[in-house]
Amino acid sequence: MTTLQAPPGRPGPNVKEEQPYVDTAPNRHTALWLAVTVAVWVVGWLIFRGQDTRTLSFQDLNGFHRWLNDLRDSIQLASSRGNWFFHGVIGNISAFFNWLVGQLQELVSTPAFPRPVPQIGWLGVLALLAWVAYAVAGVRSAALVLLSVLGFGFLGYWGDSIDTLIITVLAVLICCLIGLPLGIAMARRKAVSVAVTPVLDLMQTMPAFAYLAPLALIFGIGASSAVVCTLIYALPPLVRITEHGIRSVPETTLEAAGSLGVTKQQMLRRVQLPMARRTIVVGINQCTMAALSMATIAAFVNSPGLGKPVIAALQSLDVGGAAVSGFCIVIAAIMLDRTTTAASERAEKLNRGALASVSRPGVMLMTVVLEKLPRWATEEQRGRRPLPSPLFRRAVLALTFIPVLVAILLSRQYLSLATFSSSANVGPRIATAVSDLTDTVVNSVDTFTNAFKNVISYGLLNPLQSLLGEAPWWLMAAVLISVAFFLGGWRPAAVTVVCEAVILGTGLWHDAMVTLTMTLVATVMVMVLAMLLGVWMGRSRPADTVVRPVLDTFQTIPPFVYLVPALALFSSSRFTAIVAAMAYAVPIATKLVADGIRGVSPSTVEAARSAGITSRQMIMKVQLPMAREALVLATNQGLLYVLSMVVIGGMVGGGSLGYLVVSGFSQAQLFGKGIAAGIAITALGVMLDRITRYAAARHGRI
Amino acid sequence: MTQTQAKEHSGATTGEGDVALSVKDLWKIFGDKADKVIGTPDAELSRQELQAKTGCVAAVKDVSFEVAPGEVFVVMGLSGSGKSTLVRLLTRLIEPTQGSIRMAGEDITSASDQQLRDLRRKHVAMVFQHFGLLPHRKVVDNIAFGLEVRGVSRTERRNRAQEMVDLVGLSGYENSYPDQLSGGMQQRVGLARALAADPQLLMFDEPFSALDPLIRRDMQNEVIRLHEEVGKTMVFITHDLAEALKLGDRILIMRDGEIIQIGRPDEVVGAPADDYVKDFVSEVPKSHVLTLRWVMRPARPGEADNGPTLQADRVVRDAAREVLAADGPCRVFAGEEFIGMVDDEDILRVVVAEEG
Amino acid sequence: MKTGMTRGPRRLRLAAIAATAALVLAGCGGSNIKQTKTSSAGGKSCGELNIAVNPWTGYETNAHLIGYVAETKLGCKVNYQDVKEEVGWQGMANGTIDTIVENWGHADLVKKYITQQKTVEDAGPTGSKGIIGWYVPPWMAQKYPDITSWKSLNKYASMFKTSESGGKGQLLDGDPSYVTNDEALVKNLNLNYKVVTGGSEAALIQSFRSAEKNKTPLLAYFYEPQWFFSEVKLVKVNLPRYKPGCDANPAKVACDYPPYKLNKLISKKFADSGSPAVKLVKGFKISNDDQNLVSTDIAEKKMDPDAAAKKWVEANPAKVSAWLK
Repeated sequence: MTTLQAPPGRPGPNVKEEQPYVDTAPNRHTALWLAVTVAVWVVGWLIFRGQDTRTLSFQDLNGFHRWLNDLRDSIQLASSRGNWFFHGVIGNISAFFNWLVGQLQELVSTPAFPRPVPQIGWLGVLALLAWVAYAVAGVRSAALVLLSVLGFGFLGYWGDSIDTLIITVLAVLICCLIGLPLGIAMARRKAVSVAVTPVLDLMQTMPAFAYLAPLALIFGIGASSAVVCTLIYALPPLVRITEHGIRSVPETTLEAAGSLGVTKQQMLRRVQLPMARRTIVVGINQCTMAALSMATIAAFVNSPGLGKPVIAALQSLDVGGAAVSGFCIVIAAIMLDRTTTAASERAEKLNRGALASVSRPGVMLMTVVLEKLPRWATEEQRGRRPLPSPLFRRAVLALTFIPVLVAILLSRQYLSLATFSSSANVGPRIATAVSDLTDTVVNSVDTFTNAFKNVISYGLLNPLQSLLGEAPWWLMAAVLISVAFFLGGWRPAAVTVVCEAVILGTGLWHDAMVTLTMTLVATVMVMVLAMLLGVWMGRSRPADTVVRPVLDTFQTIPPFVYLVPALALFSSSRFTAIVAAMAYAVPIATKLVADGIRGVSPSTVEAARSAGITSRQMIMKVQLPMAREALVLATNQGLLYVLSMVVIGGMVGGGSLGYLVVSGFSQAQLFGKGIAAGIAITALGVMLDRITRYAAARHGRI
Repeated sequence: MTQTQAKEHSGATTGEGDVALSVKDLWKIFGDKADKVIGTPDAELSRQELQAKTGCVAAVKDVSFEVAPGEVFVVMGLSGSGKSTLVRLLTRLIEPTQGSIRMAGEDITSASDQQLRDLRRKHVAMVFQHFGLLPHRKVVDNIAFGLEVRGVSRTERRNRAQEMVDLVGLSGYENSYPDQLSGGMQQRVGLARALAADPQLLMFDEPFSALDPLIRRDMQNEVIRLHEEVGKTMVFITHDLAEALKLGDRILIMRDGEIIQIGRPDEVVGAPADDYVKDFVSEVPKSHVLTLRWVMRPARPGEADNGPTLQADRVVRDAAREVLAADGPCRVFAGEEFIGMVDDEDILRVVVAEEG
Repeated sequence: MKTGMTRGPRRLRLAAIAATAALVLAGCGGSNIKQTKTSSAGGKSCGELNIAVNPWTGYETNAHLIGYVAETKLGCKVNYQDVKEEVGWQGMANGTIDTIVENWGHADLVKKYITQQKTVEDAGPTGSKGIIGWYVPPWMAQKYPDITSWKSLNKYASMFKTSESGGKGQLLDGDPSYVTNDEALVKNLNLNYKVVTGGSEAALIQSFRSAEKNKTPLLAYFYEPQWFFSEVKLVKVNLPRYKPGCDANPAKVACDYPPYKLNKLISKKFADSGSPAVKLVKGFKISNDDQNLVSTDIAEKKMDPDAAAKKWVEANPAKVSAWLK
């Protein structure tokens, strides 16, 4: 999920009102050159097919993989023998996190031995969470939290849900401790930014599974690995958005403050931070959502939480179980998203005193991928109603804390208030219903879905895979370099060379090409669907109103959850992996396309209409060409989203690199190969990202 | 002869004793090799040639001028002329490449960060085109911001800010937020913020360009009023000649980073330094700007003895009625000294030229 | 709550009122929470028992049988850790996991952790016998009697072709963590097959079930003990006979999987802890049939694993008490 930054531009001098030299685009004959490249490729493939494909069979290892295995062994040995770093430093950090999570769990979610129940039972936790939501975000948020948390109980995943919240909140807190200062430092010092940005890129491109195994190795399985990997995954968006927020404080404001003689500290504290606060809160919100989704995957290193039932459902092909536990994750996501957003709005309002703030458009960020969930849930009434005085507020908070205390005490006393009654548990009933429904649906459509799968597999996937995978590596490498060059110039071509070298170095060239094939096919399908849906949504408000919530939901459900129905429909195959990737990537691409179409200037549309244009002409000749930048951006994001699903796809028959990562995680002798596969995926990601990014910079502008 | 006299009267220096601001040989070149340009033949190149050759952009080229205390000094130029860079160089919001700036006898160019901050806090204040207000602070807190950062106590700065609110006519809006105000009102806040620290020198960077014409006129009058009331030295940047002529005691005209002309409004209109300036001022209603000095003619024999007397620095438009009402030519005096004559024809030549 | 009370006088008063109210309410009746018995009579208290849970039903059965007994009879606090096999060994090495209760060979791991690092100990056999192999649904064995020999597999390869097998016959495998030599076998026996991953035990079962129902061809990796055999009697394909040592080099394997004597493992740390659960794990024994009984309850009847364990334990008190002797 590498974010797209502003396309690389001429680093112009800092002169206002300077008229830049206009770079007239030379006619590059891009299409012609690409056609030539493809022709050479196909001819070369016909001649050299099957030679030099660098295929490494599943069990075979190369020197690099063995070296990684040995490295692992020596780390294990070192830590078992009390090495100061692995045993001492890491061991203590790990022990601390385990202890902390354990304490929190005993406090609210798991039996606090020797008690058969946690220190605080469900009623107490419920009251406490609602009260906290009320304190930071208002009455509606409190109501939302109340309903959500009750939902956890009724769906039968009380403990797992609360565990997920513990891991998520803990990771987010640590993220803030690290990420906010880092983001600030990056915004203020170019050097820090230059040094840290590639690391963030790497963190975001590297599949989480690739670092899950090494983390489990050094932190041990359990809560501490879960916290650390969640941290790694959730930190980049926070850092980036914080940097962006501080950077986007208008130059004029900084200058005005500077002209008043503020010190650097004063500038930060009184100008930059207050003005960037909204953006930073968006960053915390994004960080929270990322943490939540990673906390699910962390179940692979035995993290407590909702990931456990989801993975169990995946292993037993239990669609119903996956649906119910997945639904709990969605509830948690909505709850966290809306509460953090409402908290920021409320803070803004309190900060601004009694007057209701003018509703401003939200922070528009290219980096913000997760759109806001429905706002009605927590939107406080916007009236000219004055807010109560701080004293009154505090009194209300204190008063409302009394029932919370009562609830906590009661939940310590009575078993029925401590553990959620299993008779109220409707989860299994829903699960059965969903499973039955899926069975019926699958039975009635599986001939059709299998036929569809076969059409795509035989018609598109197999030929393309043969073309990419069975061409000699040097031919493929040359083809990729030329494509990069013709689309984006020498910079992406250079990046491509480096990435190819890395992939060759991992010894997984052939697997990488298979993965690339699937990624490309999936991206094409994503874009087809995104264009259809996006154009429709962009042109019709009602369509947007109907489709957008569906997309939102798909973005909120952790990708694991829709693996289960995909498996039921298509059984284990590459196509299943593609479907799962599509489910993950279509929403973001569709939204970008729709926004692009809608962003076409109304006066242009009006002018075109006055020229007597048909709807079809309007789409083909006006709206799509003018939305080209959005389309390229959508393709870039679509590609990266698809690629981030490679590993998860590996679990449902995707094979190649993704499967190697998963295997490396579960088989001792494949540890090194799995990490190598993770590196290869990262290299593929960087390569594809750079090519599309530079192509966007070159061709995106009209 | 009279014209040369007028020129001598203006020139690059004010001719008065102490100086509020003095700029000497100031350069600002943007680009990687900026400091390697000055002193070489490259420095003589035009801006475009320099950019094509070295990739550097000379925003300000070898600029020198002085501003007298209490004077309103206008820097005028079109987009890209370097005027906004120039004003930022004066308080080193942008670091100059070379040259010296002295303000109230202090050398700005060599000031330490601490001295510079002190200067910005107490001696110079600036008003910006896009206001630069802090959206999360109320009007009164925006105005008090400068006092706050220099550590003035809360009550004191509140009182001072309230005075400023009243001074710029924002009473009743103290507790509003900037985004609740119109553009003109926001700029009043900017003005008040600048005045709050009681600086000796006020700088305006195209403060009214973003405003509607009517509001712009109000604000210009406001500046004139404030100048009369508080008597600060002002450096005013604009791209609008009418604004420059209306406000400026003297005007500096810039193009491509270089000074084209410095002079009083009537000098700029009456004696443009080159075709560029001439072209610029061609649309200006001359009778509103030119003084009698610019339209009078030498006395014919015998004329100098009688006829109504007028002062040379009266604007043509004001004097027109008197001249036309007089039976014959009027005598023009600079103080006690007789310097020329003006008659109906001289006046009409200026007024009618405009009508056509 | 203590911190809340120390904040200030107002908070203190509020908290006091709340506490009084709570006590009054508590006095109104209802069953109070009692602490669980900390330990069985005498001996060391059990404390925590961290059991690794590997992803197949038979394993789950063992884990929950041991866990249930440890919880009810020994008063342990049992944590089930869902991990793959390799991760479980790793967990024992660094102390986060106490025991693995159904281990399938893993000669490399035995060497590394038991022989070299000495962080893991063998805790004796589980009593079940493990078989790994390639299986076909019963209808195929009837229709093509010679399919049960590996030598005729190439003859039928085209029948097993799918969109995933790239023109070859498909051999469906299970979870990536399972013990497998299949890639090497296909290569070394020159079979015209491609290994395709099903992903999990459930996926394999699902595939066999629909293959038998729809009479479609399927060749897949599977294993015993396995409850599913009571539903569909799969037929094993005979690979070249296993001889000790023929699987020494994983890349050169060309023989069948060995007969596994499944065993249990405990971490050194746990073994030295003196917990009564050590004895339980060492004493635990179960036959294939008994394991299949419980597994069927869990996988087929969707019973809660603990409930299924409880059912079996209550029905077989003699077997259970033998574990604890």
